[in-house]
Amino acid sequence: MKLRGYYGRFGGVFIPEILAATFDELEEAYLKARNDPSFWREYETVMSTFSCRPTPLTFAENLTRHFCGAKIYIKREDLNHTGAHKANNVMGQGLLVKRMKKTRVIAETGAGQHGVATATMAAKFGFDSTIYMGEVDVLRQRPNVFWMERLGATVIPVKDGSRTLKDAMNEAFRDWVRNMDNTHYVLGTVCGPHPFPEMVAWFQSIIGIEARKQILSLEGRLPARVYACVGGGSNAMGIFSGFMDDPVELVGVEAGGKGLETGLHASRLKSEDSSIGVAQGYKTYFLQNEDGQMKETHSVAAGLDYVGVSPILSHLKETGRVRFEAATDREVVDAMAFTIRKEGLIPALESAHAFVQAFKEAPGLSPGDIIIINQSGRGDKDIFTVADAFDDPKWKAFIRDKAEGYHA
Amino acid sequence: MLESYIRKRLTEKPILLMTHIVLGYPSLEDSFNIIRAMVEAGVDLMELQIPFSEPIADGPVILSANQKSLSAGTRVAQCLDFTREITRTFDIPFLFMTYYNILFKYGVEKFVSRMAETGLKGAIVPDLPPEEGKDYQSAMVQKGLSPIYIFSPTTTASRMQYINGFAKGFVYCVARKGVTGEATTFSESLGDYLLRCRENTHLPLAVGFGVKDKSDIDFLTGNADIAVIGSETIRLVEEKGVSAVSGFIRGLR
Ligand SMILES: Cc1ncc(COP(=O)(O)O)c(C=O)c1O
Repeated sequence: MKLRGYYGRFGGVFIPEILAATFDELEEAYLKARNDPSFWREYETVMSTFSCRPTPLTFAENLTRHFCGAKIYIKREDLNHTGAHKANNVMGQGLLVKRMKKTRVIAETGAGQHGVATATMAAKFGFDSTIYMGEVDVLRQRPNVFWMERLGATVIPVKDGSRTLKDAMNEAFRDWVRNMDNTHYVLGTVCGPHPFPEMVAWFQSIIGIEARKQILSLEGRLPARVYACVGGGSNAMGIFSGFMDDPVELVGVEAGGKGLETGLHASRLKSEDSSIGVAQGYKTYFLQNEDGQMKETHSVAAGLDYVGVSPILSHLKETGRVRFEAATDREVVDAMAFTIRKEGLIPALESAHAFVQAFKEAPGLSPGDIIIINQSGRGDKDIFTVADAFDDPKWKAFIRDKAEGYHA
Repeated sequence: MLESYIRKRLTEKPILLMTHIVLGYPSLEDSFNIIRAMVEAGVDLMELQIPFSEPIADGPVILSANQKSLSAGTRVAQCLDFTREITRTFDIPFLFMTYYNILFKYGVEKFVSRMAETGLKGAIVPDLPPEEGKDYQSAMVQKGLSPIYIFSPTTTASRMQYINGFAKGFVYCVARKGVTGEATTFSESLGDYLLRCRENTHLPLAVGFGVKDKSDIDFLTGNADIAVIGSETIRLVEEKGVSAVSGFIRGLR
């Protein structure tokens, strides 16, 4: 490889020897694409014709009035095809797969978002696809499994370890070391061994490029703060990268679960419970015990329920360029309900983490300040999870009746 | 030194046997009994795996053994203490096999010192390529331990030479793509690959991944110096218990 992908002391390429040649090949293909302006043009064309780019920047008039502080804008990644920013990364890697002349893609998925996006890309480009998903998540996210299968993907429930996202990632690596000749692993976030963090951040940078241009044309000035939720960190890196060199405060919001003090959370950068480690091919902050064994994590949002975090964000935490906060499950459900009622927008539970922190801070800012919240995905398609989070009695009655109907 | 031990043994028999177990699976007491049975049956070297929660290079059998050992409460400090007892009791070289995070969390230098005190002869860390392992490399060399590195069928000749520059003791050649515990075809193309390995290192060659019976070992005799049996003995203990180990090992050559 040309580079080892270090961001300060984070990142690197900690892979078994059998994958060394595959990573050489991937890095080469990525660098070639990155240095070829026609690749990005092709990417933009696909994203504007197959998905909905550029996604709008919506002025949240009612929320702004309610909080009596900063002017609130929302970047609408929920309007991507398949309902989240995950499409940006997946279509980008899909174009790369075409250039590498591979015919099969594999992916890990937690919430199912990245799996659905990958299966969609595979259907469009004519690739075979296999999606690894923790057994726990398969049970939690049946509708996404349903769509992946309709899109032609083979969904493999992973029964090892904690049976969630990290285990699905391990299993995807195990598939890859066997099938790398025809297979590309479409990693879903800005984690894993180099070049994945850099490459996925590049594809997601389209969010920040657009948002910066949009706010300047709408308001003629930059925002004071930008908020994004942080699972692996891809939507956050996507929007942050547009403002990295500007005097704009960048705020990443992690899953506080049942509260940082309970230990039932997935906060690697805000909580004190994490430490630096090496797993899944890269070095970053992990939620792990003193022996270096990974811990179980918890979040109401499956997409934030992950033990590691982008090495780029770990570095930006250490340099102080990005501030990290955490939102609890309770706060998230409240912020989501409020946003739906007040603004007619339905953020995903993941995205609602960013809203929580923005709502806490907006009243303290002046009306002359602007903030942007990245709405990384839409919540309406996660109706089962959301209805549970809202504990909706009519929904429960409906499900009971529906189940009765299948018995008949 | 590990290499000279291997060379000396090779004057006595045409191929050496190395076995692999996961410490604490099913329990540390069983680990002790399995090791005793293996040593008494004539195994020449052993890899002791410290379990890790994310063993990406391992297939289902070893993966599940890792998880069960951890669920039973196996700790790194226990593995170190246990190994001290093993190296005092049994007179063959023992190596640690584990993933880099176990060393990293402990402190690489401190861990390597503990390995030396424990009487180990070397270590295999499959997710630590030489490019990322400068601290490990220098600590191992300083303590006179052998860092074992890996060749794979996708490793180019020039990369084999690069890796050889760091390797000590022997080189571990994985027989095929994929993870541990799947079937391997012992064929001419494996022979060609092993020839390529020979051309790029003067160290003895160990071959692992999918070695399971006498016919595999007969194939490897002459092509390699050490046959590595990993998943197959774990599977055997699961199916037939510790008492089956001795007969199985004796039947291999
Ligand atoms: C809507 C949405 N937002 C955020 C995330 C978290 O991922 P990341 O931090 O990589 O953006 C996910 C992951 O599945 C998601 O589906």
